[in-house]
Amino acid sequence: MSAPTLSIRDLTVDIPTRHGVLRPVSGVSYDIAPGEILGVVGESGAGKSMAGNAVIGLLSPPAHISAGEIHLNGTRIDPLKGEAMRRLRGKEIGMVFQDPLTSLNPLLKIGDQLSETMLAHLDISQSEARTRAIAALDEVGIPGAAQRVDSYPHEFSGGMRQRVVIALALCAEPSLIIADEPTTALDVSVQAQIIALLKRLCRERGTAVMLITHDMGVIAEACDRVAVMYAGKLVELGPVRDVLSAPLHPYTDGLMGSTPLASRGKDRLHQIPGAMPRLDSLPTGCAFHPRCPRASDQCRVDPGPAIEDGAGRAACFFPINREAVA
Amino acid sequence: MSLVSVRNLTRIFDVSKPWLNRVIERRPRALLTAVSDVSFEIEERTVYALVGESGSGKSTIGKMLVGLLAPSDGVVDIRGVDLSRETDAEKVDAVRADIQMIFQDPFASLNPRWRVRDIIVEPVAARGGETAGLAERLLEQVGLSARDAGKFPHEFSGGQRQRICIARALASEPKLIVCDEPTSALDVSVQAQVLNLMSDLKDEFGLTYLFISHDLTVVQHMADRIGVLYLGRLVEEAAPSELFENPKHPYTQMLLAAAPKLDGFGREVAPPTGEIPDPINPPPGCAYNPRCPLAQAVCREERPVLRNVGGARVACHMVD
Repeated sequence: MSAPTLSIRDLTVDIPTRHGVLRPVSGVSYDIAPGEILGVVGESGAGKSMAGNAVIGLLSPPAHISAGEIHLNGTRIDPLKGEAMRRLRGKEIGMVFQDPLTSLNPLLKIGDQLSETMLAHLDISQSEARTRAIAALDEVGIPGAAQRVDSYPHEFSGGMRQRVVIALALCAEPSLIIADEPTTALDVSVQAQIIALLKRLCRERGTAVMLITHDMGVIAEACDRVAVMYAGKLVELGPVRDVLSAPLHPYTDGLMGSTPLASRGKDRLHQIPGAMPRLDSLPTGCAFHPRCPRASDQCRVDPGPAIEDGAGRAACFFPINREAVA
Repeated sequence: MSLVSVRNLTRIFDVSKPWLNRVIERRPRALLTAVSDVSFEIEERTVYALVGESGSGKSTIGKMLVGLLAPSDGVVDIRGVDLSRETDAEKVDAVRADIQMIFQDPFASLNPRWRVRDIIVEPVAARGGETAGLAERLLEQVGLSARDAGKFPHEFSGGQRQRICIARALASEPKLIVCDEPTSALDVSVQAQVLNLMSDLKDEFGLTYLFISHDLTVVQHMADRIGVLYLGRLVEEAAPSELFENPKHPYTQMLLAAAPKLDGFGREVAPPTGEIPDPINPPPGCAYNPRCPLAQAVCREERPVLRNVGGARVACHMVD
């Protein structure tokens, strides 16, 4: 296996407040290989976006990385500040956010926004930047790119705007794309178009992708591996087929069970009792134990075994034994 | 007899620029047809679901059903009373008391300055009904605690707030509840709790739901009958098993193929082409013809009518 594009080790994010320190991300480790799409899934408050923002250096103070390391193409990037981080952003890491309208400047033509990014990061001329901007729009499937390059964001539909944002993220040829809920604001048919586009572009260029979403269907179709997060911790990590069709952690199992499925018909949905704990009142031991049907005394004190890449898929003392069930 | 009967329902919004701009820029009036000639019936104690993408008019239909919007044309008939034309105030009032609504965003639909007790009993108190102990009883019925009645909405999570909205909708003992994307703002595990609760309450109180959603899997789970909307027009209506196993309209087929599937690992499908057209200038004939793989000359000229095909109703020239 080639060296990973992104390597996160024991990443921990802290937010100091008057009432103590909150820990939205706690000891998370994973790698993303070139050309690989890693899905990061979890419910709201699981820390999935916070982990993405930590990688690209967009944590808003007082949130900060308090422990752990982030390596991009073998270089440690988490201590970088200010100008050094700014040069990395856009050049090495592209970002796609949920709402395409707020990620584009409404007062600038989209061609100018694309050239601006390229001129900042690449050593090219004005006219070459424009040519490349048209090519980039053409590549993400915007019809009549040569004319549309002089349009403003409000002249595009939601799906077309998200295509522009993807063009913007890819125009400086980064090695990693962080896509934070890129299709949540879009309709089903447009979502299918955007997912297909992301998959195709990243495969062609060998770009690594961190796809943050809460939609298990999107994960199943787009990703190679999936990381499941709960209350700031990684609870399960593995190939998408294994994790989704035979989950080991009781939380992943509950999540899959609560998704309505055609094959289950109109039976009652499986439900996980309770709700995700608040960050200021995290339970001791494994954060999932108050909602877990398999929890024992050990789970109440010990946070569970850590996930090592390659060995041990679920951070659980009592993973669901698939052989015994089958 | 069906509880709700919607016939040729149409709603047109005037989205023209102000008069002076129209004169100076020489622009005509702009009329947006949000709902166009929609007819369907909801049987008592069933769940009728409307699905469609944004701009398909599903929320507008829901609002017209509860009387938040007046129809431009057509009839909404609830237990034999046409709310927009009935002049007998007593009859209108009796029907209105039987309709409640649950909205998408539980953060926006609860008054932050009211205690939960006051929020829940409002539909009853407004009509001068007896409210002692009502909120406490309803809270327990939706899976919260009677003690929560004295709290404020901000003390609850999204899923709990949606339970409060459901308790409020139940307070006046309605027959019909219009649910506009009730679980779209919730996480999957919480969504499962709310959907289960809604199913239980339906059986317990003999409720009828109009369930509006864009999520096909949720609709499939909840509905007894599904209507698919495209650009304000009903293009197909069928029972869930029929619709999902044998979709007849090309738009329904596209929608089902595009929806991400939990077992679709690494699925490579050609994504659908095009987007929903501008509702101010809809394409002539069938609204779906510019994106439709089956489109013929007739589809560009003549709007197809909804007709019976097997157990379903389909509006397509190309379906036999």
